[in-house]
Amino acid sequence: MVKDPHIVSSFDSDLKKVESLVLEMAGLVEVQVKDCVICLLRQDLELVSSIRASDKRVDKLELEISDMAIRILVQRQPMAQDLRAVVAALKMVSNLERIGDYAKNVAKRASVITEMVALGSSEKTITRMSELVQEMIRGVVDAYVSRDIGMADHWRAKDEEVDLFHNTLFRELLTYMMENPRNITSCMHLLFIAKNFERMGDHTTSIAEQVHYIVSGSLPDDDRPKSDVTSSITVDIDSQV
Amino acid sequence: MADVKEQLAHTGPIIEAKGVNVSYGDKQALFDVNIDFEQNQVTSLIGPSGCGKSTFLRCINRMNDLVEIARVDGQILIEGHDIYGPDVDVVALRAHVGMVFQKPNPFPKSIYDNVAYGPKIHKTTTSKDEMDHDVEHSLKRAGLWKEVQDRLHEPGNSLSGGQQQRLCIARAIAIEPKVILMDEPCSALDPIATAIVEELIDELREKFTIIIVTHSMQQAARVSQKTAFFHLGNLVEHGETDQIFTTPKDERTENYITGRIG
Repeated sequence: MVKDPHIVSSFDSDLKKVESLVLEMAGLVEVQVKDCVICLLRQDLELVSSIRASDKRVDKLELEISDMAIRILVQRQPMAQDLRAVVAALKMVSNLERIGDYAKNVAKRASVITEMVALGSSEKTITRMSELVQEMIRGVVDAYVSRDIGMADHWRAKDEEVDLFHNTLFRELLTYMMENPRNITSCMHLLFIAKNFERMGDHTTSIAEQVHYIVSGSLPDDDRPKSDVTSSITVDIDSQV
Repeated sequence: MADVKEQLAHTGPIIEAKGVNVSYGDKQALFDVNIDFEQNQVTSLIGPSGCGKSTFLRCINRMNDLVEIARVDGQILIEGHDIYGPDVDVVALRAHVGMVFQKPNPFPKSIYDNVAYGPKIHKTTTSKDEMDHDVEHSLKRAGLWKEVQDRLHEPGNSLSGGQQQRLCIARAIAIEPKVILMDEPCSALDPIATAIVEELIDELREKFTIIIVTHSMQQAARVSQKTAFFHLGNLVEHGETDQIFTTPKDERTENYITGRIG
């Protein structure tokens, strides 16, 4: 990609500013994804309110970046790579904002879930899922900064692993619910939490695709590997002892 | 029926430029330009000042013949005929290739006579009734009729800038050319007159092949299907307008359209 400066230097600083705001937003969202699991595992209600506060900041950043991107479209009428960078930023911030919302939603469920530790390996799986999503966010943001299409595609493919975790949790939680109706409340919430992480993975994938678009001018043309089979999972009650 | 015959006779691109080199004295202005133009398409020629885009445009109706030190090598074929061939009548050629300039340049005559001028000298229209009809038809196609129908015998330069430019377009199309060349036709017009001319270009495409030189990238993106980028006398890149403005292949094109110092 061309890295020469623009003749109008304030155009360069506008584009830089958008990029650095996107980075700030992604940083906040990544911390939210990390913290929401801690809320859950430690029942840390103080941390829940800190996530809420951070989410407000994320929402503000989304507006700020969108406004700025629209102003650039009006003032500079960008072309080619500049146009792609601005349009992609507009889309990426809505993905980031959604990821933040999902993290906040996970944190809010902390107060209801009290029997998580008792539920087999689900704690470990959820922790691992959250770590993977964090890694993905970090990875696609690095790919964005370095305009690295290979890196973007690599992290895009990782979503398959998130799907696999989701399948595992889905099966596990269904089994726990069958074993004992007292588990149902926690398990239902955990199911939503698992679904939230699965959605975060999807949004991260979209960001990776935007990076691909910024660099190459087209979206990845292959179907990304998907393994989410939860829409067809059933558990036979008679198979449970 | 005649149209069908004509189309059968010529199916390829309407204009083919092959290895065109142009020099003004010792200074070479164009280097080995090869490009085809499809019928009923608008092509924009873009590039920084002095890149050769206007020089190339002027080759297509042999306007460079008027510059004494200009030398044109290579071939330009219109419907398969070499326009630099020895038997070509330049006046007849220009009846097929009309031109609209940067500054509106109506003749110091009435609105009516401006439009009637071409048909008169090329003798394509003979009777008065036919001429009235042709003038009206051309002015209508140029989107000017409603504004001037009551003042056809006022001088052409009594019109506003945008109207004068549309008058020049009416004058160019009155002789039913195949190709219309436009050299920055909107650079002296305000945004509204520009929008009207752009709308007109899109309508004229149905009937004519249009090649337009413009310094406004937004205009190129709006009015043309194909865009060609010239740089230092070379045709750097030529392709679908959408592709040129979103994902140009050449770094020089990218630098130019994004406003970078290459």
